Amino acid sequence: MIPFAYERAATVGEAVDRTGAPGSVLLAGGTELVNWMRLGVVGPSSVVDLKAVPGLADITADGGTVHIGPLAKLNDVAAHPLVAERMPVLTQAIHLAASGQLRYLATIGGNPLQSTRCPYFRSETPTPCNKRRPGSGCAARHGITDNQAIFGWTDDCIAVHPSDPGTALVAFDAVYTTRSAGGGRRIAARDLDTLPAEDPAAHNILRPGEVITDIEITGTAARSSYLKVRPRTSYEYARLPWRSCSISRTRWSDGRGSRSARWRCDRGGSTPPRSCSSGTASVPPLHSVPSRPGLPRRGRCRATTTRSSWLAMRSRGP
Amino acid sequence: MPLVHNVRTRLTVNREEMSVEHDTRLTLLDFLREHQDLTGAKKGCNRGECGTCTVLVDGRRVNGCMILLADLDGAEVTTVEGLAPQGALHPVQHAFIDNDAFQCGFCTPGQIMSAVGCIAEGHAGDNAEIREWMSGNICRCSAYPQIAAAVAQAAKDMRS
Repeated sequence: MIPFAYERAATVGEAVDRTGAPGSVLLAGGTELVNWMRLGVVGPSSVVDLKAVPGLADITADGGTVHIGPLAKLNDVAAHPLVAERMPVLTQAIHLAASGQLRYLATIGGNPLQSTRCPYFRSETPTPCNKRRPGSGCAARHGITDNQAIFGWTDDCIAVHPSDPGTALVAFDAVYTTRSAGGGRRIAARDLDTLPAEDPAAHNILRPGEVITDIEITGTAARSSYLKVRPRTSYEYARLPWRSCSISRTRWSDGRGSRSARWRCDRGGSTPPRSCSSGTASVPPLHSVPSRPGLPRRGRCRATTTRSSWLAMRSRGP
Repeated sequence: MPLVHNVRTRLTVNREEMSVEHDTRLTLLDFLREHQDLTGAKKGCNRGECGTCTVLVDGRRVNGCMILLADLDGAEVTTVEGLAPQGALHPVQHAFIDNDAFQCGFCTPGQIMSAVGCIAEGHAGDNAEIREWMSGNICRCSAYPQIAAAVAQAAKDMRS
């Protein structure tokens, strides 16, 4: 890694100030940043640790709205009763993300902010990559396309956003509250990521010096589940050997007592939350999803969900 | 290589308190192996994928390669060397021997620390749960069935 200065922010305001300067980045769980620094993907001169700021890991409820602090560790979010009872899809998505050890480091705010990446992005030997070197092209487009995007891709980028929890947050229309020097804003989860058609070099819409301070989820979906297709029931990215997607299926009542059903089909695109829209329209069956030229339309893939959630889904009535 | 940016971190490693001035780039794993001679934790992938660097920080299992030491001010770190008092074996270590749960032994310290964490979390209920919750630890020798059996046995032993 190239040398960097390390400091701990005492307040969100300090973190906003310090990371607004060029070359300065925010450190949360570190499970993204430390690897990128080691590989030379990023080389900040200053790392500002957010974890000393009090109150950013709290999980609270305000009536029908749950507020999750961005620094809450993934395992802690998944285990919290408010999450497990009101939105089990998020608990399951978290449990299917990364590994048990990583989930004690990684945070719920940092996870959706992961870089959209593929093996060419990660390559230590420079290869064309519009995210690493804007304008250089996309080596993956005519290279090895295993597990790359099936929705939302362009010739400039076919990589996939890896976040499972982020997918579930979009299914819930979660809102990220941010603070920045200009004041801050509320960002709908589905708007967080940047599609390659909008800017192939960008990963998300956060600006330097913009810090997530809260993740807000309104409504409950006690009967919801997260389905992740993996080649093995193990710590693994969602895979696209043929066709696969992570589906959050929710049925919930809003305050007025009406019910709606939502499917979210993701992991197909560079920005999972927008790669396939939700709503009451049905998700096309896997075998009929349009393919890229040269790829087969049918194939087998293995959908797995956590065993406990499968049992829970089966035991629940219609 | 000259230190460019230093920071001071106070932490406890295997019940020993220490105060260390170090380069900001130093990871917990490198600190343990290179500076403390605690070579139980291994550097398998150095990117959080293999789990051979698993240690406990404040009782929770984490990948040592993914943590900057600077992040651990005030933390308590436990490595495999500090798992059991001198001359004794932890029930997990016993179970690994009883179930022939290692061949070359390279992944074993990480597996053991991860198993300690997994059992404490309550995720050793059955074989499927153990396999999923231990999937952050890779074994090239493929001792997985024996490792899972060891975790199950240790969980049972520790309950009684």
